[in-house]
Amino acid sequence: MTTATVSRWDRFRESFFWYSFKRDKVAIASFLVLLSMVLAAVFAPLLAPADPYDLAQINIMNSELPPVGLDGADPAFPLGTDAQGRDLLSTILYGTRVSLMIGFGAVILQAALGILFGLLAGYLGGKVDAILMRVADVQLSFSTLMVAIIVGAVFKASFGNLMFGEIAIYMLIFIIGVAEWPQIARTVRASVLAEKKKEYVDAAKVMGFGTPRIMFRHILPNTLSPIFVIATVQIANAIISEAALSFLGLGMPETQPSLGSLIKSGFDYIQSGSWWITLIPGLVLVVLVLVINLLGDWLRDVMNPRLYKG
Amino acid sequence: MTSPLVSIRGLEKRFDLSGSFLEQLRFEGGRLRRKQEAVHAINGVNLEVQKGEALCVVGESGCGKSTVARTVMGLISPSAGEIHYGGQRIDHLDGKAALPYRRKMQMIFQNPYASLNPRMTIQQTLEEPIRFHHPDWTAQAVRDKIHEVMHSVGIDPDWGSRFGHEFSGGQRQRIAIARALAVDPEFIVADEPISALDVSIQAQVLNLLMDARESRGLTYLFITHDLAVVEHFGTRVAVMYLGRVCELADTRTLFATPRHPYTQALLSAIPKLEDDRPNHIRLQGEVPTPVNLPSGCVFHGRCPYANERCRQEVPMLIATDGGAQVACHAVEEQRL
Repeated sequence: MTTATVSRWDRFRESFFWYSFKRDKVAIASFLVLLSMVLAAVFAPLLAPADPYDLAQINIMNSELPPVGLDGADPAFPLGTDAQGRDLLSTILYGTRVSLMIGFGAVILQAALGILFGLLAGYLGGKVDAILMRVADVQLSFSTLMVAIIVGAVFKASFGNLMFGEIAIYMLIFIIGVAEWPQIARTVRASVLAEKKKEYVDAAKVMGFGTPRIMFRHILPNTLSPIFVIATVQIANAIISEAALSFLGLGMPETQPSLGSLIKSGFDYIQSGSWWITLIPGLVLVVLVLVINLLGDWLRDVMNPRLYKG
Repeated sequence: MTSPLVSIRGLEKRFDLSGSFLEQLRFEGGRLRRKQEAVHAINGVNLEVQKGEALCVVGESGCGKSTVARTVMGLISPSAGEIHYGGQRIDHLDGKAALPYRRKMQMIFQNPYASLNPRMTIQQTLEEPIRFHHPDWTAQAVRDKIHEVMHSVGIDPDWGSRFGHEFSGGQRQRIAIARALAVDPEFIVADEPISALDVSIQAQVLNLLMDARESRGLTYLFITHDLAVVEHFGTRVAVMYLGRVCELADTRTLFATPRHPYTQALLSAIPKLEDDRPNHIRLQGEVPTPVNLPSGCVFHGRCPYANERCRQEVPMLIATDGGAQVACHAVEEQRL
């Protein structure tokens, strides 16, 4: 067992993947930034000076304090406070956590749906393919935001604000996941169409393996590289969608702010001089999405070398 | 004569070209017409494979020999006709019902670069079929079996943790053969197994297949376009042209006295060392399209001996005095 894991690690270190990663400074920098943001978000309860969800720690008298270095700053709040007196650094750490959870959760849901439907459509073909792909076309012709606004509004009206706050994160994952699955399904279907003509699939059929076994054990592993690439980009898209929804007031409530709802909450005070409430979470969001997209670009180059170097 | 291991009866396969119902509609002369077109890949093939023999199917590309192989293995379903294995009809079986026959019939593919799953190690590639067909075997028994088949095809069993792309073409084909042998088949369909290999490797793989035939008592249906391979490997030969068998004979008989005009032309195309002047038979024209088959004998348009009957009537395989079965009116009428 140990020999197998060692050889896999060796294989990874000798791979083109690792080689090109080592040589690409942008990829290394993006990866390090993303890693530190993810770690900071995961360990937010340990790192954050205050708990923004705990109402007992918030004092309204501390509201709208500027970041350290400006007049009137309080060293207890390094990035200042928001309109409710919450420490902005802690709120951003928790907000990044919420944004990343929604991003990853939505993409896991998208990938699950997209891979299942893409495999079925590509491998079975015929009527299954026609029906699934038409459903995907119809789905893609609705804008994600529009669907989310309608569903969000209905949920909010029927459950009430308090209940909505509790289920908001799951609802956002569900909406963004369900709205974007055709992106992955189409990619998977295209690679399945190419893979299923290869002789190793015929060899598996001749062995008498069942259709699910051939689809998931033989074809799926060979379609993973494009899924990886598109999933990376989709995480960034999901985070942006969530931020947009929150900015419109249909995403995360202000009691559990994501980056988007923080930006929104600060937007009302930007004219009165408290620009940091909007600007700092906004910068964090931009950096987060940017590094994910840069990593996605690099991944596409590595997994699809013919794309640029042709 | 004992009953054959595999028999192919009246096999036909058409591949539809015209698409769905709406795509078939055409405007012709102001009227809406439904137009259907199909490639006639196999048009009534009858073959019997006896236990222990190596039946070679030869023909130029597009004559339907690979389609015969894939239909026998159940990779494509025939448009008409039946396939029997050991007396049982198998072409309409699917899934679980076909499983016992999957173990007895295996296939070796043409392209060793595509026939191994790139994401699986050699160990996994060989292990999966054994575990699938023998779920009750212990881990040790599975390991022993993998060891045995890898050894028998000349692959070092220690290479099991490597992936297919780390091997050369010949080694990959050996691994593909090992995979087919892993489930202890009786009958192997080999679809041009050596045509993608380097010439220096072809003989090795061919000898490996012949050794396996002797030591394991295998029966082969061997698809090839290489006549030298047929002479070396086959016990009987079926010559195909445009989806029909035109001559079926023992290898020695066929190479000594080819009867069908197409076989004669085919054999005359083998380059010989003693010739200083090529004297091969030049056929007129080209192979007709399998979309619109010629009437009568499919070969009549290019045959120097064709007459009116050849243009009208489809010739049947008829046994001749030499022991060969020939589908030719000229041979039957003893004009040839």
